Amino acid sequence: MLNYIIKRAVLTVVVLFIVSFITFSLIHILPGDPAAAMLGDQATMEEIEALRHELWLDRPFFVQYGHWLSNALQGDFGKSIMYRVPVSEIIAERLPVTLYLSFLSLILSTFIGIGAGIICAIRRGSLIDQIVSVVANAGVAVPIFWLGLLGIYVFGFTLEWLPLQGWTSPFDDFLKSSKQALMPVICLSVTGSSIITRQTRSSLLEVIRQDYIRTAWAKGMGEPRVVFKHALKNALIPVVTLVGLQLRVLVGGAVLTETVFNIPGMGRLLVDGALAKDFLIVQAGVLLIAVMVSLANLITDISHGWLDPRIRYD
Amino acid sequence: MSMDSSGMIRAKSPRISELRRLIKVMCNRVVVVVGIGIIAFFILVAIFAPMLAAHDPLYTYLESILNPPSGIHPLGTDQVGRDVLSRLIYGTRISFLVGIFGVTIAGTLGMGLGLVAGYFGGWVNAIIMRCIDALLAIPPIVLMMAISAILGGGLFNVLIAIGFGMMPTYCRLMCAQVTVLKENDYILVLQTAGASSWRIMRHLFINAFPPLLVLITTNLGTAILMEAGLSFLGIGILPPTPSWGAMIYDGRRLLFSNPILSLAPGGAIMLIVLAFNIVGDGLRDALDPKLRGTL
Repeated sequence: MLNYIIKRAVLTVVVLFIVSFITFSLIHILPGDPAAAMLGDQATMEEIEALRHELWLDRPFFVQYGHWLSNALQGDFGKSIMYRVPVSEIIAERLPVTLYLSFLSLILSTFIGIGAGIICAIRRGSLIDQIVSVVANAGVAVPIFWLGLLGIYVFGFTLEWLPLQGWTSPFDDFLKSSKQALMPVICLSVTGSSIITRQTRSSLLEVIRQDYIRTAWAKGMGEPRVVFKHALKNALIPVVTLVGLQLRVLVGGAVLTETVFNIPGMGRLLVDGALAKDFLIVQAGVLLIAVMVSLANLITDISHGWLDPRIRYD
Repeated sequence: MSMDSSGMIRAKSPRISELRRLIKVMCNRVVVVVGIGIIAFFILVAIFAPMLAAHDPLYTYLESILNPPSGIHPLGTDQVGRDVLSRLIYGTRISFLVGIFGVTIAGTLGMGLGLVAGYFGGWVNAIIMRCIDALLAIPPIVLMMAISAILGGGLFNVLIAIGFGMMPTYCRLMCAQVTVLKENDYILVLQTAGASSWRIMRHLFINAFPPLLVLITTNLGTAILMEAGLSFLGIGILPPTPSWGAMIYDGRRLLFSNPILSLAPGGAIMLIVLAFNIVGDGLRDALDPKLRGTL
């Protein structure tokens, strides 16, 4: 197991190194001069030259990459063109917002997904199973930004139950913050909970067909004991893996949800950076998200091996 | 089994071919048939858009800006006086175009790389798969957004962004399939007979393809969803092209006064993506050897 952890950690470092190269190369696939594109049409030649010099764009490609990577490892991603402050400062401000929403969404989607999956599996073929299955299918298909707009229209505008959009830190005003976060969190959870529901259902159905469960029934155990004590333990192993992989889905979803609800998180920052051609923000954001996703994948892989003793790694 | 005139026992050839079995299994499930019906409906809408749309989707009726639904404009008009239903109908073409070409780019690149990685193994596999792992660490919409922002909006650039964003999954699946398949006897026979790598890879591809068909089907819907997301963020299909995502983006500013502008295209996206997912699930079940005989 220790060997596996070391091997997996080394691979993660290699992957992150490639991610950093891809991220850095992004602005070099830009047709023309990246400095001119970032500064826009109004920029003078002097300003473009100054930015080229500041970003080391006047040096050879691999020298630029080495400089950028060594700075990035120290948390220095340069100065944002749009905000005129260091990118790391903006990220430090925005990242907690996205992490907070993602964390709440992860809890909600796991809770709903596992609960609905169990109900569907133990009541297979019933009306509730069919309804939940259709809803879960629709949950994967629905554009979350559209769902957000629908929520704003119904619960914010028509029923006036929730605020239309905006963001307040939970440390400033917890009640207001919770009200504002409710719709974005629900929107972010929809895809995740639908995927977890489907996985829990199919994995529990597979476990329920196994001999040791039949034996448990034959011994006269009640349904709750068979399902929760014996079947669920094994059925949840693939679900735990899936939950660990949700970060990728959640951060992707945050890009759209934060735009709809006007939340100043990482997703919104990336969109604003992309629209304003502030590629330093885009580079830093993509790299940071990839680091978080890779670490989450690493933890998931390791926990998978720990949860399922049948899994042995060479 | 049957006995011929010479007394030899011969096995009867299967009466139902694999393709017919697939079609039969899928058509036995009502929900899959409904999914196929929805896709067929949208395909017909896309093909016959010029006949179905009563108005030019780009024409601006300046005297009827933001008109409510009426006999002339069944879903009303948008903020520059364009007929919403006609734009919705023509948007079907853009969605299918994005779905088909986005998946074609992703599939061609991904399956090609996966085939090479799986067949050659060793350091070729290690290099390709670590690069794919790196791409998989970036959420698809974030990767597509970054590519689209750098290349600029527009249909062609969106297709490239979607193609690259979805490519890693194809590569990984193809590589896994090929790694298992290349150990089969028929591949060893081909190698022993001196077949070229190209010929062996062709055989591997043909045999590895069926499970990828499921991914292709569901990804047709995913590509439509991704394009809508990019267009909604303002870095996808450029105006005035009638794209469903761009229609939601335009309509969200008028959500409270004219909700149909954003809600109608969103409903269309959900319906088509749901249909592709249902058909993909049906195909997966029909191809699953564990479920053979139970469906």
